[in-house]
Amino acid sequence: MTAARLRIPAEANSAAWFFLAPALVLIGIFFFLPVAAAMLLSLTDFDLYGIASPLNTRFVGFQNYSRLLRTPDFWLALRNTFYFAFVGGPLTISVSLAAALLLSSKLVRFKSVFRTIYFTPFVTTLVAVAIVWRYLYHTRYGFFNYALSFVGIDPIDWLGDPAWAMPAIILMAVWKSFGYNMLIFIAGLQAIPEELYDAASIDGAGPFRRFFNITLPMLSPTLVFVTVITMIGYFQLFAEPYVMTQGGPLRSTTSVVLLMYEEGFRWWRMGYAAAIAFVLFIVILLATLVQFRLQKERA
Amino acid sequence: MGGSISNSRGVRQIRIPAALLALAIGGCAPASGGEDATLRLWAMGREGEVVSELIPEFERANPRIRVQVQQIPWTAAHEKLLTAYVGDATPDIAMLGNTWVPEFVALDALEPLDARVASSRDVVRADYFPGIWSTNVVDGVTYGVPWYVDTRVLFYRTDLLAKAGYDRMPATWNDWHSAMTRIKAGMSAGQYPLLIPITEWAPPVILGLQAGSTLLRDGGRYGAFSESPFRKGFEFYGRLFRDSLAPALSASEISNLYQEFERGNIAMYISGPWQIGEFTNRLPKALQDKWMTAPLPGMEGPGVSLAGGASLSLFRHSQHKREAWKLMEYLSRPDIQLRFYKLTGDLPARREAWRDSSLAGNRYARAFREQLDRVVPTPQVPEWEQIATKVMEHGERAVRGRMSNERALAALDRDVAGILEKRRWLMGRRRGEGK
Repeated sequence: MTAARLRIPAEANSAAWFFLAPALVLIGIFFFLPVAAAMLLSLTDFDLYGIASPLNTRFVGFQNYSRLLRTPDFWLALRNTFYFAFVGGPLTISVSLAAALLLSSKLVRFKSVFRTIYFTPFVTTLVAVAIVWRYLYHTRYGFFNYALSFVGIDPIDWLGDPAWAMPAIILMAVWKSFGYNMLIFIAGLQAIPEELYDAASIDGAGPFRRFFNITLPMLSPTLVFVTVITMIGYFQLFAEPYVMTQGGPLRSTTSVVLLMYEEGFRWWRMGYAAAIAFVLFIVILLATLVQFRLQKERA
Repeated sequence: MGGSISNSRGVRQIRIPAALLALAIGGCAPASGGEDATLRLWAMGREGEVVSELIPEFERANPRIRVQVQQIPWTAAHEKLLTAYVGDATPDIAMLGNTWVPEFVALDALEPLDARVASSRDVVRADYFPGIWSTNVVDGVTYGVPWYVDTRVLFYRTDLLAKAGYDRMPATWNDWHSAMTRIKAGMSAGQYPLLIPITEWAPPVILGLQAGSTLLRDGGRYGAFSESPFRKGFEFYGRLFRDSLAPALSASEISNLYQEFERGNIAMYISGPWQIGEFTNRLPKALQDKWMTAPLPGMEGPGVSLAGGASLSLFRHSQHKREAWKLMEYLSRPDIQLRFYKLTGDLPARREAWRDSSLAGNRYARAFREQLDRVVPTPQVPEWEQIATKVMEHGERAVRGRMSNERALAALDRDVAGILEKRRWLMGRRRGEGK
C-alpha cells in the first residue's frame, strides 16, 4: 500500500511539475521577480539621478520605511484611505444588499430593467463619471446644492471643503460600484431555498426575523467574498481623487496609492514609492486577515 | 485651421512620388557629398500640431534633410521623454517646458549649445529676453534655445476698475490693494476683485520673487522661504485672502472662468498669453472693450513675473546634430517665430519679432511685452516642480488658517531641505572628486 502510494506519485510528480512549469515560470518572471526587484528597490534611494547613472543610487536600508513613518503626509494618506474603506466599504455593501433584496422581491416589476440601470454605473468609464459628478457637486451651479436648497440647507462646498471632500468621493464611489456587488448578492439570494422562508412564515416569523435568521446566515459566504473584494479594492483608492480633486483640498483626499503615484511617477523617487507600495501591501494583508478571523469567529 | 493642416499634408504626398521619380532618373545613389538625414522632432500639444506647417519650407531649403514631427500630449510628455532617455530612443530635438531643462541636464541628456550659439547668425543671444534665455542656462552652460515665451500678467475688467476710480492698473502692492478694496466695496456678496486659485503655485512664488527672494539658497542646497524677502511676499499673498479680496478656491472649483468674469463675479485674474485668445473668443461682444491686460504690480513699483515658455533642445545622442541645429536655427528666425505666433498665439522669444505690427499693434499683448523685460526664472534645479507643489500646499494651509505664516514657512523650508537632500549629497560628492 505504502509502496504503491510512493511509486505512483513519483511519476505523477514529475508529470505535474512538467505541466505546471509554464505557469510557474510565467508567474515567477512576471510576478515574483518584479516583486523581489521592487523589494530591493525599496531599500535604495533610486530616483531621477539614479536613472542618469547607477552610481547616483545609494543603498539606504530601511531608511525609506522609517522616513515614511515619520512623514505626516503618509499618515494623513493612510487615515484618508481607512476613512474611505471603513465608511465607503460597509456603505457600498449595505446599499448593494438593499438593492439586491429589493430586486429579488416578488413585488417588483421590470426587474431586468432596474438591474441594468443599477449596473450601468459600474461599467461606465470612471473618468467620464467623475467629470459629470464634478458638475453635480459644483457649489454654485451643482445639482446637489440645488436640491438641498429646497430643504433650506445652505450650499455645501463639496469638493473644496476639506471636511466634505472625502464624503463626496465616498458618495460617488458607492454609486459607482454598488451594482457589481448587487449582482453577486442577487445570485446568492437565488440560491436560498424558498422552503426555508415558507416554513418560517408558517411558524409565524415576520420579515425581520426571516431576514436575520435565514437570509443573512445563508448569505454569509457571499458576504465574506463581497466584503473582502470590496475592501481590497477600496484600500487601493486612486482614480476617484486623482480625477476629481487631485488629492486636495489640503490633501484631504490623498490616498496611499495616490501618494505612491505622486512620489513614483511625478517625482520619480522610485525607491521611496516602492516602500509605500510594500507598506500598503502589508496593510491590506493585515486587514484581510482580520476580516477572515472575524468571519470565522461568527461562523 | 484643420483645412490648412490637411493642405500641408497634401503637399507632402505630392512630393513623395516626385522624389521617387528623381531617384529613378538619377539612379539609386545620392549624387554627391553628405548623407541624407531624417530628423526627429518631438513637440507637445498645439505646438506639435502646427509646427509641421513650418517644416515644408525648411525641407525645401535643405533638400537632404527630412523632418519627422511627433506630436505628444502634454500630460504624457514628461514620462515619454524620460522613458525615451532610459530606452536610448531620444529624438534629435525636443520641445521642453523650460522648468524641465535642469532635469534633463541632470540626466546628461542634452547637448551644450554655447559654441553653436556663438557662431550662429540666426540665433542671436542678445535679441532674446534675458530672463527667458537664462531659464536654459544651468551652471553657466546653455542647453536650450527659447522657442516661445510665457509669463503671467493681470487680466482685468476696465469698467470695474474705472467704477472704483482708477483709469489704469496700479503698479505697487499698496495701490493695488487699495484699488481692490474699493472695487470690493461696490460688489455684492460672493463677488471678488481678484481670482488666484489656491492650487496654483505661481502667485505666491511671483510675490516672493517680487519681494526679492531667491527662493533657494546656497546654490540650491536649501530653501530660502522663511527668510525675510519671501515672507514679505507670502504675507501679502495671505492678506489678499484674509481681506476677502480673493476667494479661497481651488482651480477645479471654477467651472467657467469666462462666465464669472463676464458676470463681474471677479474683476482681475492672473494668467498667461493663451488667455488672450480665450478671452477674445469666449467673452461676449458687449464686453470686448471692457477688459485689458496689465503688467503685474510689484512691491514698490512695476513687479517681476515668471520666465516661462518652452525651448528647443538638442539631445546628446542625436546622430545628426549639425542638421538638427540647422532646424533649430530655422525655427528661431524672427520671421518664422512670427509665423509660429500667428499659427498658435504663442508669444515669440525674439524681440525683433515683437516689432512686427501684428504684435506691436495687439493691445492685449503690450502688457506681456512690457512684462517680459522683467521676468525671473525659477531655480534651475530638477526638484523645482516638487518644491513648487510644496509652496502651494503650505500656502493653502496658511490661507485656510490651518497654520500661521511663520509655521507654514518653517515647515516649507523643512520639506524643501528634505527634497534637496540628494542634491546636496551629489554636490558634496562632486566637490570631493574635484579636490
